[in-house]
Amino acid sequence: MALLRHAARVAWKDLRIELRSREIVYTMAFFGGLLVVIFSFAFPRDVRAVRGAVPGMLWVAIALAGTIGLGRAFDRERENDTMRALLLAPVPRLAVFLGKAIATTVLVLAVAVVCAPMLAWLLDAPLFAYPGPLVLVVVLGAVGIAVIGSVFAATLLKVRSRDVLLPVILYPLLVPLFVAGTSSTSAQVAEFPNLDAAWYWIEFLGIYDSAFLVLSVWVFESLVIE
Amino acid sequence: MKKLAVPLLAVLAAIGLAVSVYLVFYDAPLEYSRNAELQLNGSSLFFNQKIVYFHVGHAFWLFGAVFVSGLSSIAFLKTRNPRWDDIASASTDVAVAFGAVVLFTGSVWAKAAWDVWWKWEPRLTMSLLLWLILVGYVLVRRFAGPSADRIASGMAIFGMVVVPFVYVMVGEGNSHPQAAPGLNPSEGVVGKISPGMRPALWLSVASFLCWYVALLISRVQSTRAERELRELRERGFDLGVLS
Amino acid sequence: MAGIDRVEIRKLAKRYGSERALAGVTLDLAAGSMCALLGHNGAGKTTLLGIVSTLVRQTGGTVAYRSNGAEVTGAAVRREIGMLAHASLCYGELTARENLALIAGLYEVDGSAAALDGALDRVGLDRKAWDRAARTYSRGMLQRLALARALLTRPSLLLLDEPFTGLDRDGALSLGRQLGALRDAGAIVVVVTHDLEAIADRADHVAILRRGQLVFEERGAYTYEQLKDVYHRHAN
Repeated sequence: MALLRHAARVAWKDLRIELRSREIVYTMAFFGGLLVVIFSFAFPRDVRAVRGAVPGMLWVAIALAGTIGLGRAFDRERENDTMRALLLAPVPRLAVFLGKAIATTVLVLAVAVVCAPMLAWLLDAPLFAYPGPLVLVVVLGAVGIAVIGSVFAATLLKVRSRDVLLPVILYPLLVPLFVAGTSSTSAQVAEFPNLDAAWYWIEFLGIYDSAFLVLSVWVFESLVIE
Repeated sequence: MKKLAVPLLAVLAAIGLAVSVYLVFYDAPLEYSRNAELQLNGSSLFFNQKIVYFHVGHAFWLFGAVFVSGLSSIAFLKTRNPRWDDIASASTDVAVAFGAVVLFTGSVWAKAAWDVWWKWEPRLTMSLLLWLILVGYVLVRRFAGPSADRIASGMAIFGMVVVPFVYVMVGEGNSHPQAAPGLNPSEGVVGKISPGMRPALWLSVASFLCWYVALLISRVQSTRAERELRELRERGFDLGVLS
Repeated sequence: MAGIDRVEIRKLAKRYGSERALAGVTLDLAAGSMCALLGHNGAGKTTLLGIVSTLVRQTGGTVAYRSNGAEVTGAAVRREIGMLAHASLCYGELTARENLALIAGLYEVDGSAAALDGALDRVGLDRKAWDRAARTYSRGMLQRLALARALLTRPSLLLLDEPFTGLDRDGALSLGRQLGALRDAGAIVVVVTHDLEAIADRADHVAILRRGQLVFEERGAYTYEQLKDVYHRHAN
C-alpha cells in the first residue's frame, strides 16, 4: 500500500539520520542508564524491597528517556523547517505521522534495550524470567509512547513552550500505559510470578495502543495543519 | 429566554441544594459501619460520611465535563467554529474547579474513613488523573500561543478517550481498603449505596448538574463576549474609527 | 495533468484564536506571471502563502486551483507546488543527493542518478559537495540545494517566502533571473519579499497587504522606483 510505503520512507529517513549521527540514541541510552544507576543508590540494600521497585525503575527510565528522545526527534524537523517539507509532499499526512511514530518506537526500544539488562545486572533482578511477555510489554509500551507522543510533538512543533508543554500533556495521558507496564512487569518479576496478571495487562496495553492509534489516525491532520 | 437561563438554573441549584442539605442532615440515615473492627476503634464515619453527598455530586459532573469538553473539541476540530471551542474551554474551567472540590472532599473523607489524608483507591485516583489532564488543558490554553485552541482540543479529545482506560485500571490494580459500607470504594468507582441514602444522593447530583450547567453557560457567555469585543476592536481599527 | 494554470482566491480569511491575520482577500493568479506579494511584517503575507500552499487551513473563503478549467484538489495540488523559503527545507545530515532522492520518492518522480545529478547541475551546486552532508554547505550552496529541491518535481505553482534573504547581490540577481525564466516557461510564481530591488523589473503583478487586507493590486511591469513608491503609499 502506498501509504505504508511512504511511511516507511519517512521512518527510514529518520533512522538513517540517527544511524549516521547516533546523537539521540547515545544520549537517550546514556541518560536511561544513568537513571538506573541513580535508582540503585536511591533504594535500600534490602534485596526484597529493591526487587519490588525494579519494574518501576525500568518504566520510569523508559518514560523519561523516551520523552526526551521524542522531543529531540521532532526538534530535528524544526531545523531548516523540514516538517513543512514533509507536510507539503503529496503523500497523505498520515504517512508522515506513521513514519515518525515508527522511528520513535525504535528509539524508545533502544532505551529499553539498554536499561533492562542494566537493571537485571546491577540489581540482580530476574527481569528476563519470562522473556516473551517482557519483550511484548516493552514493545507495546514503546508503541504507545511513540503514537501519542508523535501526535503532540508534531502539534507542538511551532509552539514556544513546547519543551515544558509536551510532558505536561503527555504524562497524564500515558499513566494507564505505565501502570499496565509496571503491573505486568511486576507480575513477571515477583517471588511468586502471576502470569495471568502479566498477560491481562499486556492485553490492556494492546487495546490501549489500538484505541489511540485509531484516534491519532483520525485526528492527526486536523491537529497538525494550523 | 436565554437571558433567564443562568439565573433560573442557579435558583434551581440553590433550591435543590437547600432541599438536599435538609435531606442529608435530617432524612438520610446515619452511616453505621457494619465492620466490627472499625466500630471497635470508634472510627465509623457516622456524621462525617455525609460529605459524600457533595463529593459524589461534584464527581459526577467532573466526569461529565470531561466528556462535554471532549465532544465539543471534536466538533471544533471538524467545523472550526469558535463557539465549540468556547464550550470546551468553559467546561474544562468549571471541571477544574469541580475536580478540586472532589479531591478536597475526597481527602477529608479519607481522613475520616481511614485516618490518612490520601489513599490510592479507585475513585480518588481516577479523579486525580482526570484533574491533572484538565489542568494540563488549562495550561496549554494559557501558554501555547495563538494556536492554543487547536492544541488544547487535541488534549481534550485524548483525555476523553483515556477515561475508560483509567476506569479499568483503577478497578483492578489497587488494594481493597476497609471501608464504610455506605459507599464502598473497593467495589470500583461507582459504589453501592444503601436505599435510605439514595434520595439525598440523587437530589444532590441533580442540584450540582444545575449548578454545573449554570456555571458553564455563564462562562461561555463571558468568553464569547470577550471574543466578540476583540473582533469589534479589530474591525474598528480597519475602518479607521479607532486608532 | 497539465499543471495548475490558475489560482482563484476568494474572500480568504484566517483567524488565530481571536487575532485576525487575513480578512476578505480576493486575488487571481495566472500561469506565466510572477506576483510580488508585499507588505509590512504581520500584514498577512506569510499566512496567505501558507493557505495557498495548503499548510494552513483558512477560517473563511476559498482557494480554487484550476488546470484547463477543471478544479484540482487534495494531494494533487501539493504535487504541483514547489516551495522556497528562508529555511532550506533540507535535512542537514543528508547529502544533496540523498535529500533529492527523498523528494523524488515522496513525489514519485524520476529519482535516477541521472535525473538528480542533472537537477543539481542546473542550479550550479559544486559537484564536490554532492556527497557531503548539507550542514557543511555555505548559505549560497544551501540556497542552491533548496532551489534544486523545489524544482526537481517541475512544479507549476512556485511559492517563495523571502527567498532573497541572506543572499548577496549576485546571488539575488541570479535567483531573480531563474524565477523569471520559470515564469516565462508558464509557471505561476508568487514571491513574498522585502527586497524590492531583487523583484523589480521581473514581477508583472503586484499585490500589497496591510493588516490582513488587500489594499493594492495591479498588473504590469514595475521598476524599482515605481515599486518603492507604490509600497510606501499603500503598505502603511
